[in-house]
Amino acid sequence: MNYRGPYRVRTEQRPMPEILHPEDAIVRVTRTCICGSDLHLYHGMVPDTRVGSTFGHEFTGIVEEIGPMVQNLKVGDHVLVPFNIACGKCNFCKQGLYGNCHESNPMATAVGGIFGYSHTAGGYDGGQAEYVRVPYADVGPTVIPPDMDPDDAVLLTDVVPTGYQAAEMGGIKEGDTVVIFGAGPIGIMAARCAWFFGPSRVIVIDHVDYRLEFAKNYAKCEVYNFKSLEDPVLFLKKTTDWYGADVCIDCVGCEAEGNGLQTFTGRKALLQAGAGTALQWAINSVKKGGIVSIVGVYGPPFNLIPIGNVVNKGITIRANQASVKRLLPKLIDHVQSGRLNPKGLITHRIPLEEISEAYNIFSSKLDNCIKTVLIPSAKA
Amino acid sequence: MKKEVIDYKAIPGWGMDADPDNEPTYPIKNYTGDDHNRINYERSPQQPVTVEILQSNERPKPSVVFGTSVPPSGLSGIIRRYAFTHSEDRYRHWLPLILADRINVFEGIIDDVRKGHIPNIFAEKGFKATWKYNRQKIVSQVLVTSVVVLTLFSVLKKKK
Ligand SMILES: NC(=O)c1ccc[n+]([C@@H]2O[C@H](COP(=O)([O-])OP(=O)(O)OC[C@H]3O[C@@H](n4cnc5c(N)ncnc54)[C@H](O)[C@@H]3O)[C@@H](O)[C@H]2O)c1
Ligand SMILES: [Zn+2]
Ligand SMILES: [Zn+2]
Repeated sequence: MNYRGPYRVRTEQRPMPEILHPEDAIVRVTRTCICGSDLHLYHGMVPDTRVGSTFGHEFTGIVEEIGPMVQNLKVGDHVLVPFNIACGKCNFCKQGLYGNCHESNPMATAVGGIFGYSHTAGGYDGGQAEYVRVPYADVGPTVIPPDMDPDDAVLLTDVVPTGYQAAEMGGIKEGDTVVIFGAGPIGIMAARCAWFFGPSRVIVIDHVDYRLEFAKNYAKCEVYNFKSLEDPVLFLKKTTDWYGADVCIDCVGCEAEGNGLQTFTGRKALLQAGAGTALQWAINSVKKGGIVSIVGVYGPPFNLIPIGNVVNKGITIRANQASVKRLLPKLIDHVQSGRLNPKGLITHRIPLEEISEAYNIFSSKLDNCIKTVLIPSAKA
Repeated sequence: MKKEVIDYKAIPGWGMDADPDNEPTYPIKNYTGDDHNRINYERSPQQPVTVEILQSNERPKPSVVFGTSVPPSGLSGIIRRYAFTHSEDRYRHWLPLILADRINVFEGIIDDVRKGHIPNIFAEKGFKATWKYNRQKIVSQVLVTSVVVLTLFSVLKKKK
């Protein structure tokens, strides 16, 4: 795929990627997804998104070629590739922060390297392609267990770990009430994973009815459409004995709707790094001493959020890019034992050649789309 | 600026109340104290720099690996190079990058045309999907546009 400008993508023949570092591998893509994060790129919200780049950070594929230093992978292996590029050696990787590697992105220090995610995240071509270069092939890529459906595997590259970590960072205790903002794939997965930590209520907020309906069935949670609530924060206070939720999770990020001022300053005038509406609601509807977990993505400069309330209420904020590699062993077990059904999120399977339509469908929320898998024609 | 050497361990009570359980980063971060050994980790060999890489000025050298997609070029490239003379803290890093992205779109069109390819912007925007799943939107857009055009037209005609 080839990015041409906001809302414009197409397919195009590109030169084969090459091994550029002895720990690289070249992978022939078998499945790749479009993520809510890709929409931030597609809408032109991420600085240094250059025309001609290839997106895609969720993919599985067959190892075609390996660099001379690669030891754990061999040609022909079918692997799932975590979205973060991590060296496994720096102090951050060594402490499990694979989403914060210091040796994968020269262009920015705040964010680690991510496949197909602008030059701000390292300038890598992504997986919405037939072939892709995968650095640190011994660290990230994980051989797909033989009994695992590739559709489950591709969702383990981002959606499942991100949803799980969103819940994990919430520090949910038995009996807690958890509120999740956003019923996209990440919010739905966070709601499903929240149950692993023993809450008594999981509430999901969005404004798209078909997504709420999907979330309710998939994650067995309560759902509310914020367009039909006059004041979502007030509603959440009322439904938690005027106390506030124990844990609030932001699975929306910078393209939030629901507050005119935030939308105008964040998404139209770009005076802040996207609209902070969901985060504002999360902070204002959590209890005193509660926890706000953020996985929604925001741009680099700054956002308008009620930080004074964070102080006054003694809120703990926890946030990160998901550390996919850290979570994989546990999540593979949840999938293999049948507790988690990632592929249940997939609503659309589209050939890679129809990338322009695929983006439009996901971005405009057409045809009740939740999650789209793209399949390159040269598939295994 | 010379850093004053302080014998901090001599400060009364130094480290007395340190509590290893007070670790809000658990279990996301497996705190090992490695951060205090920060520059001594074993680094893999450096990927050779074969294309122009714009490097954050908040780090001393490029990371071990990096992407080589679309090196900076043209007017947008000049702006991007300027942006990278400022740290990630500054608006003058991020705003020029956004400006460069917008200019880059026009450069992309020129580049397409130069290669003999007139970009089909409708197709690139996935128009077919809107036609299939949200025809109402297209119909209403066409209606609104024609009403606007017709009104303008009749207003202009009256003025003559
Ligand atoms: N931290 C990570 O590692 C990580 C990984 C993947 C995705 N993400 C981010 O997570 C976010 C969600 O991803 P996704 O794939 O589910 O995207 P998505 O765009 O499909 O879902 C976002 C949902 O939020 C809803 N929404 C908009 N405003 C809202 C509001 N004020 N309150 C509640 N809901 C609102 C939208 O209707 C939409 O359904 C994105 O910002 C994405 O970039 C983060
Ligand atoms: Zn993603
Ligand atoms: Zn690292």
